[in-house]
Amino acid sequence: MFEGFDALLLARIQFAFTVSFHFIFPAFTIGLASYLAVLEGLWLWTGREVFLDLFRYWIKIFALSFAMGVVSGIVLSYQFGTNWSVFSDRAGSIIGPLMAYEVLTAFFLEAGFLGVMLFGMKRVGRGLHYFATLAVAVGTLFSAFWILSANSWMQTPVGYSLNEAGQFVPDDWWQIVFNPSFPYRLVHTVLGAYLTTALVVGAVGAWHLLRDRANEGARVMFAMAMGMIVVTAPLQVLAGDMHGLNTLEHQPVKIMGMEGHFESHPEGAPLYLFGLPDETTATVRYPIAIPHAGSLILRHSLTAPMQGLDTVPREEWPPVAIIFWSFRIMVGLGLLMFALGLYAVVAGLRGRLYDTPNLHRFAVVMGPAGFVAVIAGWVTTEVGRQPYTVYGLLRTAEAVSPLDAPAVATSLVAFVVVYFTVFSLGAWYILRLMSHSPAPHEPGLETSDAPIRSAGITPATAVDPDRALGAETGGN
Amino acid sequence: MASFDLPTLWAFILAFAVFAYVVLDGFDLGIGILFPTLEPGVERDQAMNSVAPVWDGNETWLVLGGGGLLAAFPLAYAVVMPALYAPIIAMLLALVFRGVAFESRWRDPGHQRFWDAAFAGGSMMAAFAQGVTLGALLQGITVEGRAYAGGWWEWLTPFSVLTGVSLVIGYALLGSTWLIMKTEGAVQDHAFRHARIAGIATIVCVAAVSLATPFLEETYYQRWFAWPSVLFAAQVPLLVAIAAVAFFVSLQRRYERLPFLLALGLFALSMVGLGVSIFPDIVPGAITIHEAAAPESSLIFMLVGAGVLIPIILAYTGYSYWIFRGKVGHEGYH
Repeated sequence: MFEGFDALLLARIQFAFTVSFHFIFPAFTIGLASYLAVLEGLWLWTGREVFLDLFRYWIKIFALSFAMGVVSGIVLSYQFGTNWSVFSDRAGSIIGPLMAYEVLTAFFLEAGFLGVMLFGMKRVGRGLHYFATLAVAVGTLFSAFWILSANSWMQTPVGYSLNEAGQFVPDDWWQIVFNPSFPYRLVHTVLGAYLTTALVVGAVGAWHLLRDRANEGARVMFAMAMGMIVVTAPLQVLAGDMHGLNTLEHQPVKIMGMEGHFESHPEGAPLYLFGLPDETTATVRYPIAIPHAGSLILRHSLTAPMQGLDTVPREEWPPVAIIFWSFRIMVGLGLLMFALGLYAVVAGLRGRLYDTPNLHRFAVVMGPAGFVAVIAGWVTTEVGRQPYTVYGLLRTAEAVSPLDAPAVATSLVAFVVVYFTVFSLGAWYILRLMSHSPAPHEPGLETSDAPIRSAGITPATAVDPDRALGAETGGN
Repeated sequence: MASFDLPTLWAFILAFAVFAYVVLDGFDLGIGILFPTLEPGVERDQAMNSVAPVWDGNETWLVLGGGGLLAAFPLAYAVVMPALYAPIIAMLLALVFRGVAFESRWRDPGHQRFWDAAFAGGSMMAAFAQGVTLGALLQGITVEGRAYAGGWWEWLTPFSVLTGVSLVIGYALLGSTWLIMKTEGAVQDHAFRHARIAGIATIVCVAAVSLATPFLEETYYQRWFAWPSVLFAAQVPLLVAIAAVAFFVSLQRRYERLPFLLALGLFALSMVGLGVSIFPDIVPGAITIHEAAAPESSLIFMLVGAGVLIPIILAYTGYSYWIFRGKVGHEGYH
């Protein structure tokens, strides 16, 4: 099955598979943790029961998503050693401390307060419980901070020197943490996570509005999600543009690949809307292009010259076709999100936010768009970094562990089988939770009067909210 | 003995993280290992209930152990991980099953038998793989230059299987004594019986591993029996014997907290014994902590964070345990 595959290619496939699978969960839970904090805050502030109902509705989905994110993340933290041991030896002194800070500031904070957030409302009272919810939300953002710092350093390495053993030795931690591409990547990724969550919440709200447009929970979640998209989608376009300019400055070859610029364009580069990049002939086949638009976007001038891959040795090229298309998928979905926001504004201004089935259908279809866009974005940035692990300094082919191909092949098969089994059951259950309309007195993870079997979780009420006995109001 | 410098300090911090992981995740893995012996229904529900709010925090120490090793001793991390490829991957996959089972078991009753099996099987496999990892490290791995140079089955020996089985039994001991503390009635009676069996088995395993270890490598033998370190080393088996006797007495008198504390003590003593055997190596017989250490700038940068944050983490972790203190009835938390 894996003849012709060497350990390097298998290790790359394994990393791509496990990291893409993992990233689905943080992309959702970063936004959802903040959303839960907003819902609980609004409930404490206004006293409106609907916010508590929504908090309880989404916390069940959060708990499962978070668990899947945690376990798939532990895999990644060990994969640096198992499959990329030379990278660990060379770059561990820089990447390791950044990840250690992620564990110390983020993972422990999230894990320490997650139990209180899920099960502790009656034990600690409202104030402390809200503190726990905020701690979990802040923890997810800390996590994004450190992991993006580590990833950005691999893209734009600064503040180091090399020793005789070929190891990167940190010289200036301030430069390392706040490396040149980090701020752009952090903003772009966190906005992406917020958009992803808003699209899911919006789709669930829209789904239930299509069935019953009077459902108060559905109305509130739909309005909040559309509000979030209206604000973040344009911001994301802006952040993406700035991130692109930053990449042009520090990783110009990546941009050449993303844009399909095999040739230099001294009088202004076109923007390829469509085309099939062909590396063997170094051309874009069947191009549909807007003349000069590439220069306009990247240099903000119609006639600015753009260099192409012809100025770079072949062995420095990233896989052009992959990033050309992943980039277009991301941008295309981003524009659709922008359109959804506009549609919602128009409907809202006409007072028909809850009575426009076409808008709701559009929102339902867009539900998974955030996940696809963030993965496409990661593919663009990670594949675009090739053939390097640490950009310009350590080649991916030199970073791999001295392993036999059968070992990597066996573990890859195991990961694929286990992930699809476990996470598809998890995802199926999340979808089932989402298919229930939010109800008044939504049961949470803890109920007081029902016969409790787990840590406050009553299966019967979770499956069928109508069977929830004595819904309680939280606090004591 | 090396002077007390930054690499030594980091070796102690990592040893602390590993110990915290072993005893904390040890008891919740132990619950999973005991799961098949518990009655479906109330018994299993209570057992899972007793760890649901804290398991995630417990497992975070594993990430700190792995991440800390990468950060403080990158060379050791780069050598050890490929050498232990199979058991590490097996452990990770097992933890995936078990972690998702925590959240899914209750809310997916249609697949409850699947999730119960995932929880029990995942816990056992994770514990066994961790024990194998330890045994494989102790028996030594092939290193050439800055990389692992052995095959991908080198970890599998009778000794590593012995350490694997021992850890499964040891975790079952932690799990059963934890249940004694957290439950009452029939579940607790059950846990008392389990604790006695697991206690006897653990002592046998500790003895077997201890007897085998000094003969794996000449250096272990010397570290244990060379004069004058034997004076210090000899205290460990003596203390183990005392703790073991106290443990069975505390079970006999049906103390509820003491058995768990004494089980922790047994683990602490085993850890000290391990330290005596390998220090100052980090890859036994191949690489010392000083050879593997990251540059000073990395160690200091992390020390600032660890010095401030680990005490805070311990404080709020303790607080979280305190919030969920007391017995878990099948009525849940009130």
